[in-house]
Amino acid sequence: RPPEDREEVRRRLMGLIEGNRVMIFSKSYCPYSTRVKELFSSLGIGCNILELDQIDDGANVQEVLSEISNQKTVPNIFVNKVHVGGCDRTFQAHQNGLLQKLLQEDSAYDYDLIVIGGGSGGLACAKEAAILGKKVMVLDFVVPSPQGTSWGLGGTCVNVGCIPKKLMHQAALLGQALHDSRKFGWEYNQHVRHSWETMIEAVQNHIGSLNWGYRLSLREKSVAYVNSYGEFVEHHKIKATNRKGQETCYTAAKFVIATGERPRYLGIQGDKEYCITSDDLFSLPHCPGKTLVVGASYVALECAGFLAGLGLEVTVMVRSVLLRGFDQEMAEKVGSYMEQHGVKFLRKFVPVMVQQLEKGSPGKLKVSAKSTEGPETIEGIYNTLLIFVISDPCTRKIGLEKIGVKINEKNGKIPVNDVEQTNVPYVFAIGDVLEGKPELTPVAIQAGKLLARRLFGAASEKCDYVNIPTAVFTPLEYGCCGLSEEKAVEAYKKENLEVFHSFFWPLEWTLAGRDNNTCYAKIICNKLDHDRIIGLHILGPNAGEVTQGFAAAMKCGLTKQQLDDTIGIHPTCGEVFTALEITKSSGLDITQKGC
Amino acid sequence: MAAAMAAALRGPGARFRWRQLASAGGARGAARGAAGQWDYDLLVIGGGSGGLACAKEAAQLGRKVAVVDYVEPSPRGTRWGLGGTCVNVGCIPKKLMHQAALLGGMIQDARHYGWEVAQPISHNWRKMAEAVQNHVKSLNWGHRVQLQDRKVKYFNIKASFVNEHTVCGITKDGKETLLSADNIVIATGGRPRYPTHIEGALEYGITSDDIFWLKESPGKTLVVGASYVALECAGFLTGIGLDTTVMMRSIPLRGFDQQMSALVTEHMMSHGTRFLRGRTATRVRRLPAGRLQVTWEDCVSGREDTDTFDTILWAIGRVPETKSLNLEKSGVKTSPISQKILVDSQDATSVPHIYAIGDVAEGRPELTPTAIMAGKFLAQRIFGQSLTLMDYDSVPTTVFTPLEYGCMGLSEEEAVARHGQEHVEVYHAYYKPLEFMVPGRDASQCYIKMVCLREPPQLVLGLHFLGPNAGEVTQGFALGIRCGASYAQVMRTVGIHPTCSEEVVRLRISKRSGLDPTVTGC
Repeated sequence: RPPEDREEVRRRLMGLIEGNRVMIFSKSYCPYSTRVKELFSSLGIGCNILELDQIDDGANVQEVLSEISNQKTVPNIFVNKVHVGGCDRTFQAHQNGLLQKLLQEDSAYDYDLIVIGGGSGGLACAKEAAILGKKVMVLDFVVPSPQGTSWGLGGTCVNVGCIPKKLMHQAALLGQALHDSRKFGWEYNQHVRHSWETMIEAVQNHIGSLNWGYRLSLREKSVAYVNSYGEFVEHHKIKATNRKGQETCYTAAKFVIATGERPRYLGIQGDKEYCITSDDLFSLPHCPGKTLVVGASYVALECAGFLAGLGLEVTVMVRSVLLRGFDQEMAEKVGSYMEQHGVKFLRKFVPVMVQQLEKGSPGKLKVSAKSTEGPETIEGIYNTLLIFVISDPCTRKIGLEKIGVKINEKNGKIPVNDVEQTNVPYVFAIGDVLEGKPELTPVAIQAGKLLARRLFGAASEKCDYVNIPTAVFTPLEYGCCGLSEEKAVEAYKKENLEVFHSFFWPLEWTLAGRDNNTCYAKIICNKLDHDRIIGLHILGPNAGEVTQGFAAAMKCGLTKQQLDDTIGIHPTCGEVFTALEITKSSGLDITQKGC
Repeated sequence: MAAAMAAALRGPGARFRWRQLASAGGARGAARGAAGQWDYDLLVIGGGSGGLACAKEAAQLGRKVAVVDYVEPSPRGTRWGLGGTCVNVGCIPKKLMHQAALLGGMIQDARHYGWEVAQPISHNWRKMAEAVQNHVKSLNWGHRVQLQDRKVKYFNIKASFVNEHTVCGITKDGKETLLSADNIVIATGGRPRYPTHIEGALEYGITSDDIFWLKESPGKTLVVGASYVALECAGFLTGIGLDTTVMMRSIPLRGFDQQMSALVTEHMMSHGTRFLRGRTATRVRRLPAGRLQVTWEDCVSGREDTDTFDTILWAIGRVPETKSLNLEKSGVKTSPISQKILVDSQDATSVPHIYAIGDVAEGRPELTPTAIMAGKFLAQRIFGQSLTLMDYDSVPTTVFTPLEYGCMGLSEEEAVARHGQEHVEVYHAYYKPLEFMVPGRDASQCYIKMVCLREPPQLVLGLHFLGPNAGEVTQGFALGIRCGASYAQVMRTVGIHPTCSEEVVRLRISKRSGLDPTVTGC
């Protein structure tokens, strides 16, 4: 079947769904369809009915309908553009009052939903709402960084976050692989150099294709995409300003704020003129050379890690702890591995001034820093200064005050209730702008999808922010799920916990001659609850891949006993979790002995 | 509850049992405390993963334990040290050589990520083999030390039964020793099968017993068979640049999900491994120059064809090591078909104080971690207070073919056979690993499927993952499935971005829907 055909059917169906207060897709002989028709007629509500068995392309329509609604069967009922479901769902909606509510809704607005911010969360929410038959607009506008860097649709993750960083991390891992490969018998010229330009071009090409893919998928789902800066001007009304400064206003019944965050500068002399942030690094046209990374967030350490892996001289300046919020034992191990692999750490220093010594690509910068503990000051010369101190939510310049949406004045974050609703009932927020929620792409996507389903799809499932797994792609990857040891002690008290831990030596590392007491795994069990696992941490290759499945198991209430009963997959790193025997409290030695 | 239900639903039903749970638990009063009338409380025959685990566990429980281990040289004269198949001629060397092949791919990828590697790039077998062999030797040594540390007596002798409590061991030089024990565990494993009916097979062919110990590159290789060993070996040989052909009679990876198996071989073909399907070798001859001429027959047409190779690797299956044990003297019964030792759910043989674990036992998965766990549990049951039985269901495993295949639980065919097509829902996706994008690697075989019961809450019956790091991806999910995970629970798990494993928690398209399962975008 040619796709134009399909597109045509889809348009026809969307027209029916959008143009009718009640739209029933039915089959004339279907008893369930009859029951639904009777229900609406008993309510005295006129409805439009399409009998699939009486039209030529009924099967085709049913297929496209299942794409639109995720429902394969008839009857398939839409009320005021909202997909209600089949017969059972409709009667259920009638009983719990949802149907009446839907029938009362009137769309006096241009759109059912306007999403501000075209990042992972915003796009997921917009697309899901569109799938549910809603008229949706996405406003996305990237304010160029002080260095003039700008990018396409898709938000932080795709453009200046997860995607480019994982690709550059991969580039660094491949550098390590090249090194290892000789021990595994590969032979080639010793002289290997890395071309920053080639890597950036490849990475940016991939990002370009993703930007394009997002545009396409919005178009496919009939979401209006406007590349303009959105700002509330009054209730239900937003002003969109494009690159040329032209302004247009749009109204909508509901709004979702998904504007995310942008890196903050230090506010010291010379920083905005000479320093770059993660906004700029991934598209930097020239190799950054000798680099000072300021900050120790996961992004900071990831970037420092891959820059060092590409052969650059890298120093990390840290005010206090590494990977704040993460398990500190793991964080220190991440740091010490980096230190062993050539990254210098300057602990307890903060930069106070940046001066340019030489222009160029890269130029030369003099950085002055002072100790956080005393009067000591130091100076250093670097080619590039990368700042990863903190990110600010993009919430202060979008007119929230005009409609009374409250933000936390201190950090700019938006407080919401458990259904992501702000204090203004028709305004919702998801992703990194939220107060106290994990700043992770998959979380934003999940929250966005579920929000759309609750708003427009008669669903009730809320986003569960507990036991969210994540991975830090430092040279030695760190994956975790659940609580850090510190948080666990805080929540459950030390005496109620048992921590099992072990070093392990990935098989691939043996021939490569890499350290055997580096990779590390630990689990934290709650003794009061059948040794249920409340925290799982692993430091080793492919930590992200390893952690994911265990996170699924933790969703099912994983206990230590179940872990012990599981058979390992040999030889992998993941199997270490099935053989954890030594408790931390025993104080027994967990180091691996040599040959 | 959910887990129990899961096990019941996945379980193949009642297993063969020799007897009631007569000698369950640790109530072996007669020999408690000291070895009594026997030399040892426990004698383990076979120093592989299972045997060693059992011996060490028993020693830990304060028992007097001995392990006898002897490696009969392969027909080509290859021999090795303590640790059994996994360490010497199995998992360990094969994964290392698989890694060598993967590194070859990474060298190619590296260019696209900016690394400027000068041509030519070549692979030196001798260097790899030496590194791998040195690592294996260090593991052999490690096993020796561990036995010593735990005061397990180790004999490098070939054992055969004299009676049901006594074993006679012969050293390399023909010296005999008699050892008696209260309990005996047979863990002698298996060895590759030679197709002795094929002319020249034994004289000129090698097996997985030899390939990892070759000093020189095998050169142009014919791998005969389609077991996971065959495909893994063919995969890494191709990966390090050797001209490799797989000859198989029927289907690849028998017992595994056939859709996945087809994708595995498809990927191998697209990466240069040649496949001769529906053929059986008929004879092997050595040409004057030393190369090997193999003749085969098309199973359907009967037409003969021939080609020349440097090496022929038989990977047509394994035979249990039971022949030389003189089992008839002990009264231990074996299966007339497989020659494997018949065991009950307690791992006991037809003789109550003689047990069998690992590859030599009938009906057990031939996997190292299974044997290890079975060995530990067995020792705990014989000498400890434990009643814990080994659960052989839902064992996760991974095939380290160039594109790795990890699986757990039921194949689609098996699920349908057990529950009926109408009651099975399969969710699936073709996905693209992020790392494949930059070098433009073909991801058409990167595929995941989750086999579930159709009725809510859609209990997960099996998970199949084809892609990089499949072993690492599968392990955690294996646990989830054991805990009785439902499709809904897996879907509620938040992904780790960007990884391949997150695709598992994003499986939305069911096969039944007929929708396109290709993943697009984030």
